[in-house]
Amino acid sequence: MLIAIAFYLFAAITIAAAVMVVASRNPVHSVLFLILAFFSAAGLFMLAGAEFLALILIVVYVGAVAVLFLFVVMMLDIDIAELRQGVLDYVPLGALIGIIMLIEISMALGVWAFAPEAGGAVASPWPDAVSKITNTEAIGHVLYSQFIYVFQASGLVLLVAMIGAIVLTLRDRPGVRRQSVAAQVGRRREDGVELKDVKPGQGL
Amino acid sequence: MADFLTEYLAIILFLGISAALGLVLLVLPFVVAPVNPDAEKLSAYECGFNAFDDARMKFDVRFYLVSILFIIFDLEVAFLFPWAITLGDIGLFGFWSMMVFLGILTIGFIYEWKKGALEWE
Amino acid sequence: MILYDALSGWLGNEWAWLISNVVSILLFIVVLLVMIAYILLADRKIWAAVMLRRGPNVVGAFGLLQSFADLLKFVFKESVIPAGANKGVFLLAPLITVTLALGAWAVVPIDKGWVFADINVGILYIFAISSLGVYGIIMGGWASNSKYPFLGSLRSAAQMVSYEVSIGLVIITVLLWAGSLNLTEIVEQQRVHGWNVFTLLFPMFIIFFISALAETNRPPFDLPEAESELVAGYQVEYSSTPYLLFMLGEYVSIVLMCAMTTILFLGGWLPPLNIGFLNAVPGVIWFVIKVWMVFFMFAMVKTIVPRYRYDQLMRLGWKVFLPVSLLWVILVAGYLVTTGSFPVPVGVH
Repeated sequence: MLIAIAFYLFAAITIAAAVMVVASRNPVHSVLFLILAFFSAAGLFMLAGAEFLALILIVVYVGAVAVLFLFVVMMLDIDIAELRQGVLDYVPLGALIGIIMLIEISMALGVWAFAPEAGGAVASPWPDAVSKITNTEAIGHVLYSQFIYVFQASGLVLLVAMIGAIVLTLRDRPGVRRQSVAAQVGRRREDGVELKDVKPGQGL
Repeated sequence: MADFLTEYLAIILFLGISAALGLVLLVLPFVVAPVNPDAEKLSAYECGFNAFDDARMKFDVRFYLVSILFIIFDLEVAFLFPWAITLGDIGLFGFWSMMVFLGILTIGFIYEWKKGALEWE
Repeated sequence: MILYDALSGWLGNEWAWLISNVVSILLFIVVLLVMIAYILLADRKIWAAVMLRRGPNVVGAFGLLQSFADLLKFVFKESVIPAGANKGVFLLAPLITVTLALGAWAVVPIDKGWVFADINVGILYIFAISSLGVYGIIMGGWASNSKYPFLGSLRSAAQMVSYEVSIGLVIITVLLWAGSLNLTEIVEQQRVHGWNVFTLLFPMFIIFFISALAETNRPPFDLPEAESELVAGYQVEYSSTPYLLFMLGEYVSIVLMCAMTTILFLGGWLPPLNIGFLNAVPGVIWFVIKVWMVFFMFAMVKTIVPRYRYDQLMRLGWKVFLPVSLLWVILVAGYLVTTGSFPVPVGVH
């Protein structure tokens, strides 16, 4: 009963927040609503018993991805009014794409069927009261052995993301003086100090 | 109700009480303290000068780069969590599987180091 | 618990659960805040003592009531909201900071079984909450619409984000050693093979401690609020209780970091030696003593170490701590795999 109420509450908040992301006038408010949507999605995960996924969702999406969004939106001084100027011109095109996607999704869902091996996947270690296996351990048992190809592929995706980010954003600035710790530590007394034996009354 | 959900209810209760406490403190000065603003008091602090322009400006792209790199390493750490607590069960295969994964990311790390993406001036 | 039993008789279990939890949470928060009032005083006293000053000594004997006087003063000051500020976000920022900082304590066990929410993924919850801490600062800095807060919040965001990676990797090494994400289990594992600080994890203790300093914007990593250049960073435009909330949130998370150091490395509520009369002392007392000792180290670092420059800070985070802690993850995992000495669950549930 309580769980059902909580489910509908979280689901309603998720959808409402997602609508507000698109509808709100200020982009910063959009990002804040996006964060709210992430939180209630994490709540939905939690109700389904996936506590590890729920917290990872918060760590990665709210703690990292949304921070980047907020960075971009807050710090690039975007002129909101200017952005809003031409919005109405895009409505027909946007609506067309939306309708096509809706048709595609409904077509895909229409022919949905469970693969015969899906039952086998469910049989992998599952958190329950008897085996005392936690959610996180259940993931750990299958992710690194049974799903190794997917796992390594995600590693490659991260590598591509890393290289892509550097290629796109890194600009070399000429003429910047950087600190070299090795050079500082490696400096000997002889390099910097010289003792001159000055005779009295002669000067240098 | 599932047992572990009760624990999370306690967390939500805790967060709610903390937020209520903060809210009370936040509202309190508007009730008990004097409120008489004037134009000088409300202007942005800039060491006594009048502000030249809007404070929100464009800044170095490095800050974006740092937060993108953070996302990637955060994901790497997220992958490590289940691995760390099940290492005893998944054995040598799981260990080497993760080593390959970390190796791939180390290549990226070496790349960004050599490219100077970690340098600040 | 006693309250729950007393109430469940005539209110039903749900209401008894709710009321007993609310009362105990309020009690816990009050005790925590009083402790933080004295931690603040201790911070100032230690700072003063190193400089051969006396520190606050007027309000109450030895200045013992100083923090409470400060609280009253904050409350009776006018709360100024700058004209150019975005009001909602401006006031939301300190609220978020303090809520998150306090909320993290929901899963921190201060003795065996003394915890509000004994969740399976306790450490992950702490990690998630501390990764959200950056929001208060970014939002505060942006909403002020002023240059110093803006620069301060920028610096702070990049700094917190950089050190979070190494904190995450350090946590992974502890998890390898303990074999569980549950904080109680992590402490009880140390009853089996000694405090983590005395094992292979010792370098990780140092990295965790320094990263904790950076994560909480403590000196020598207090660049976001560097007085001499940014005046007070993201807090410039704040006054009265919104400022108090930022300050409070900062100290609550400092004490949280001390508690996490205690739990992860210093054996939590376990006595230093497994001897009869030391075991007789309640665990919570050991826990508080350890938290105070870690905080003493925080305070000493603040007084002694000069502030880092920003490029040095970023280099330390990305080029020293990240590779070293990553290497240590591999080292610890390799040690466990080759010797086969995996942690055996002690089963606290």
